[in-house]
Parts: sequence; structure tokens; C-alpha cells
Amino acid sequence: MARELMKGNEAVAEAAVRAGLAAYFGYPITPQTESLEYLSRRMPELGRAFVQAESEVAAINMVYGAACTGQRVMTSSSGPGISLMQEGLSFIAGTELPMVLIDVQRGGPGLGNIAPSQADYNQIVKGGGHGDYHPIVLAPASVQESVDLTVLAFDLAEKYRSIVAVLSDGSIGQMMEPCELPPMQPLKTSFPDWAVSGAKGRERRFLTSINLNPAMQEEMNLRLMYRWQEVEANEVRYKEYYMDDAKFAVVGFGSTGRVALSAVRAARAEGIPVGLIRPITVSPFPSKVLEELSKQVEGMLVLEMNAGQMLEDVLIATHGQVPVEFYGRMGGVCVLPEEALREIKRLVKGPLTTTGHPRDRWLNRIAKKN
Amino acid sequence: MQTEIVVAGFGGQGVLFTGQLLAYAGMDEGREVTWIPSYGPEMRGGTANCTVVISNEEIGSPMVEHPTAVIVMNRPSLDKYESMVKPGGVLVINESMVDRPAERKDIKVISVKANEIAEKLGDKRMTNMVLLGALIANLPVLPLEAIEKALKGHLPERHHKLLPQNYQALREGEKYKVN
Amino acid sequence: MTINELDSMVYTRPDSLTDVSTHYCPGCTHGTAHRLIAEVIDEMGLKDRTIGVASVGCSVFAYNYFDTDFVQAPHGRAPAMATGVKRVYPDRMVFTYQGDGDLASIGMAEIVHAAARGENITVFFLNNTNYGMTGGQMAPTTLPGQVTTSSPNGRDVETQGYPIRTAEMLAKLDGASYVVRRSLHDPKNIRLAKKAIRTAIEVQMRGLGFSLVELLSICPTNWGKTPAEALQWLEEKMVAYYPIGDYKVHPAVAEIK
Repeated sequence: MARELMKGNEAVAEAAVRAGLAAYFGYPITPQTESLEYLSRRMPELGRAFVQAESEVAAINMVYGAACTGQRVMTSSSGPGISLMQEGLSFIAGTELPMVLIDVQRGGPGLGNIAPSQADYNQIVKGGGHGDYHPIVLAPASVQESVDLTVLAFDLAEKYRSIVAVLSDGSIGQMMEPCELPPMQPLKTSFPDWAVSGAKGRERRFLTSINLNPAMQEEMNLRLMYRWQEVEANEVRYKEYYMDDAKFAVVGFGSTGRVALSAVRAARAEGIPVGLIRPITVSPFPSKVLEELSKQVEGMLVLEMNAGQMLEDVLIATHGQVPVEFYGRMGGVCVLPEEALREIKRLVKGPLTTTGHPRDRWLNRIAKKN
Repeated sequence: MQTEIVVAGFGGQGVLFTGQLLAYAGMDEGREVTWIPSYGPEMRGGTANCTVVISNEEIGSPMVEHPTAVIVMNRPSLDKYESMVKPGGVLVINESMVDRPAERKDIKVISVKANEIAEKLGDKRMTNMVLLGALIANLPVLPLEAIEKALKGHLPERHHKLLPQNYQALREGEKYKVN
Repeated sequence: MTINELDSMVYTRPDSLTDVSTHYCPGCTHGTAHRLIAEVIDEMGLKDRTIGVASVGCSVFAYNYFDTDFVQAPHGRAPAMATGVKRVYPDRMVFTYQGDGDLASIGMAEIVHAAARGENITVFFLNNTNYGMTGGQMAPTTLPGQVTTSSPNGRDVETQGYPIRTAEMLAKLDGASYVVRRSLHDPKNIRLAKKAIRTAIEVQMRGLGFSLVELLSICPTNWGKTPAEALQWLEEKMVAYYPIGDYKVHPAVAEIK
């Protein structure tokens, strides 16, 4: 199949269409708006549902309603909009409905700016909505991966009756790269036995997230947790580069992961035995992979466009068995390959330690305290 | 083998399209490419710009601190990017819009009065094609024919009557080969 | 034929209501409203094509009482959720059942925009001038001077603002096709309310766009009145502020009658 040069946001939208997206509801926000604009053309052309909602609050609740039918539904947004959606996301999780959320992260907090960021990792991965639930979170690093992971997101959402978020950022959303689009899937015509459609020839069904009986609500929580264990056992995905003989490892996800790849190659060219682990599922997090790795390497460097949010997951996974260092840029500033290479060299040079917190050492370096 | 090219200028000078054309040409030649508009630290300065990476392998960062080549279409872009060009790299300057010479001695500098050339060819909007021709002549990343093919392949059909003029603009730029 | 059998013939539970006791307080008009809607669903033969959207408030458990498919929305979001359902199933009858705190306060944006879009759904809006479920706090519909648990000295319009006349407001929107107010305080008005409910659902099934029936209701428990006193208060005080009437009847809707 021919490769097409596509902008990340548009490629994601077309990928969703081809994955059988029946209904899209969204609200304009930079840097994700191209997805909304693309679907405002494409969905009606195919006789499918598209609504530009009055707010992200309304958009996520339209998704909630449409998800109750068991059809494939999606919304997309960025930081401030995702914050508004947390109410609906918690309700959707509480009703155990499948849906896909595209989060094109931008600089924050607050209104922040429209430049790329990864500072909403905690919001998405740890669940910004109330209650115990885990969304599955896929982190693409390229336009092609955005396409592939969007399709996968719909499948996983249905398989686990779960929210699946594609955690992208402004750079991937705005970037153009060649990509191969998936074949067109038809819309679903058969639906699971929980979906509402009008009680024709069957008992009525109702979908709700309320349960005033705490013991029964606890049972529901347990069901979510056992399902999550299944997700953790079966759905961990990551990509590794140059790891076979690596004595040092860089860990980065999404766009920072690919920036790290440039730096790792440059370091290899200078003879530094460093490799890269790029988590693709940041939730479930590839903890076992990192735990194993902590026995292989002498040190790890975590790179992020935030103040070390995934870093905490790396620290939990490696539980002090290996020295970890951190480097991040914030507020919409991207990590560039040159500075990532500098950090790799700093890691290799040492001194390495497992005491103290990598974030503190990083902040102290910025403040020139050491 | 990886080449990074920044195109910078005022909005409306065809900056983003010039970059996309490079990306299309690279893709059509079977290379890996990325195109990314004004993002990262270079966002400051009030100019439009984009970065194109053309490579033989999976591309890491789509943004770089020190690109292989830069096309600057106005003075603010020259001021911002001159110092960033990788040593030994290429800097193409639209002399029509820039009132100072380049200062770097460790890079290849190509100055072209691109506005005047484009106007002489009949349309000032082809300034970007003249500069792109000059870049391709001095940067062994893609043959000029690949650019022409991409132009034909990706310019909307309704603009195809403008193709011969644009080819000519590229060829005029190509004459500025510096050794 | 015994008296009992005769009774069961003239007054039976509508098919579209489940055979359970509701959790509503004695005298509450939610039961009346549920019944009217269920009767119309039965009469129109829509039971197996209906998807209801419950809201947050006393009617949060409406899905236990209607024997149709149902979903339950976050507070105020029922019109958005109904939009999602309806856009996937345009030929189903989709209705929301919302109270005044839900619809006219936290959900004001969702209801206004559903109406403005001409969303082809039907909204039943129960106005009883207070937040019933949480124990009788001031609502956007609380009358000036009305005592509630959060306006203990009576609603002071200087500091707490004025009640919102929702039907009148939504009627201004071009997207709204049928917007009326009825009351549930006596048999005559209940019959008129049922007629309006029927028209509203007809509007939807004919694809004529957004329909809303505001139903003036009582809350004896939180008002501190007997049901009879409450009905009288509704008739005297509420109808004066919230006049019964048709606020928007699109010409295409007028033809239904």
C-alpha cells in the first residue's frame, strides 16, 4: 500500500474512521483541532455521526451516551479540555464502557501554551477522574504509530470494556510523516449483551455508574481490578533499540522517546554502550521489563517533557536496584537530541548513586547547586 | 545518513509549503522524512518556519538544534538561524529581503536575489522555488528532478498550469551552485 | 364480574413501567409524571424502541421504574448523553428526565445547546423549585422569598438572584420545535400534561426536532407541607410565576394536533 504524507492529527482521524468509528464528539482546542476539522468533513460524508459539542464536558458525555450503544466512539482534546472531561471519563469507567480518547498534550498548567508537552502523563495514566480505575494508555512516537495505536485502541477498548487513551503531543499531532493507513473496516453491526438499543425481543437493559450498596460497588471495583490484572499480563508493549550489549539505558516515551533515539545513535557513534527503552503502553507500564533491565545496566536516564512523571513509575519498577538519573524540559519546551546526548554523557561519566531522588539532582543542576 | 533542513521566513512566503515539498520529494524517493512546523525553542521570533528531516533509517528527533541546511527568507530568520547551522552546512539567503551579509565562515553561504528572479519569471510567489533550487544545487540530499516530480504529484490539479514556471524558478535557483 | 376485576380493567399499570414500588416520597408528583410518560410510550407502541436517559436528583433511579432501555447521566449532562445515543440510533425514541437543579443549574449549557442544535430528543423537565434529593436546597427555580435549607431567610433576589423561567428561555432558540409548560396539580392539568407529553414524543418520532415539556411539580417533604397543601401552593404560587402555556410550537408541530 502506498505511503501518504499526513499530519499526525489528520492521520489519527482517518485511522479511527477506518477502524469503524461510528460517532465522534469533540470541541476545538489547539493542538488537536485538525482531528475535529477532518472528521467534520469525513464523518458526514460516510453517513456517520459527528457533533461539535458546546464544551468538552458535553463532548465526553455525548461519547458516554454513544458508548452505551456499543458502537465505536471517540473524542479528542488537549490538556484544558481533558481536564473538563474527567467527570465523564470517571462515569464511563464506572459504567465499564469502551471508548477511545486522543490526548494531544500541550504546555501547562493552566492555559499554558500550544507547544508539545508530556506533563499530562499523571492525569491520564493515574486517572484524573474520581474512583479506582485504570485507562489503557498508548503513547505513539510517530505518525505511523499514531495510526496503528488508534486502531489498536478500539480493539483493546472493546476487549476490556475500557477507556483507551492515545497519549500524543503537539509535535506528533502537528508533524507530517509518511504513513500507511489501515484497510477500511465496516461499522459494527453486532453488539455486546450489555449495549442499549431499545428492548426489542429481549429484557430491558440499563447502564449506570451508581450503586448505593457499598458491598456491591466494591464487587464492581474488584471486577475492574481483576480485569486490570489481565491487561497488565497481556497488553504491555514497548520498543527497544541497541539494548543487546547496552551498559546504560535511556527511557523515554512518545516524542521524547524518538528524540532519545537520535541521542542514543549519536552516543553509539562515539562508542558509548547505551540503548533505549521506549514504553508504548505507559499504562500498563512495562515494569517487569525495566526490573529485568535494572539487573543488566549500570545506570538509567529517564527523559521526559515534564518534571519526571513517568520517572516515578521507573523508580517503582527498578526499586533502587540501579542508579537512575532524570532530565526534563517543561512548559512546552522540547528536549533536543543535542541536550539528550549531553545527559547521556553525564550519566556515563557519573558519579552514579541510588540514594536521593533523581528529580532533586536534576533541579539542583538547573539551579547550579552542584 | 540524515539531513535536516530548516525553512524560515515570514508567513505567506511559502515557508511551510517549501518544507512539505522537500518532504514529499524525499518520501517519493523512498526515504524516511518528517516535517514539523514552528515548534520548540525556535518558536520565538515571530516568523514561520518548519524543519524537514530526510533520512535512510527510522528518524529519531524531528527537531534539531543544528540543522544541516537553512533557507532564510527574511532578516529576522537570518539573525535567528545563522548561528545554528551545523559547521560545514549550507545557508541559503534571500538577498532581496536581507540587508546584511552572513558572518559565518565555516558554512557554505548562498545569497540569491530571489524576489527579483521570481518577479522576472512572472510571479513573486515563486521566490521560495528559486531558493529551493539554490539549496538543492548545494546540498546533495535529493536531485532537482525529485522536487519537480513532487511538485507535479502533490500540487493541486487546478494549479498545474503553473508547473512550467515553477520548474523554471527551480532551475534559475540551481544556477547558484557554489563550490 | 367482580368489582376487583373491573378495577383492574380500567386502571392498570402501563406496560412501560416496571412492577416495583418507587422510592419517591408520599404525594410526590414524580410518580404521576412517570406514569404519564409510560402511558404515552405504550399508546404509541414505542416500548421496544425507547432509550431513556436518567439524570441526577430524585429521579436518578428512574431507570428502575421504566421498563425500557435506560442509561444514567452525570449531573446535568443528560441532554449531551441523549445526543450521543440519538446520533447512533436516530430512529429510536430518546428522552431525558431531569429535575430543575439538574437541568436549569449545572446542566444549563447542555440543555441550551441541545435545544439550539434542534437535537431530535424529548426532554421532560420536572420543576419543583428545589434540590429534592440533597434535602431541599435553593434551586435556580426557587421562588423569590421561598425558604429552603440554603435560603433560610427566603430567597433574597438581591444576593441570590432571580428564578429562571426555563421554558420561556429555551423557546427563544430557533432550534427548539416544541416547548411548553404544564402542571401536575389537578386532574384537568394532568390530562393536559399527558397531551403535551404525547405531542412532544410525536415531534421527535416525526423528526421535527427538539421538544421539551416542563412539568410543575411538588416536593411536599422538602417544602414541609402535606401533599394537599403542596398542590395548593403549586397552584397559587408556582403557576403565578411559571405560567402554564405553549412557548414554542413550530408551525410543522402545530399540524400534529
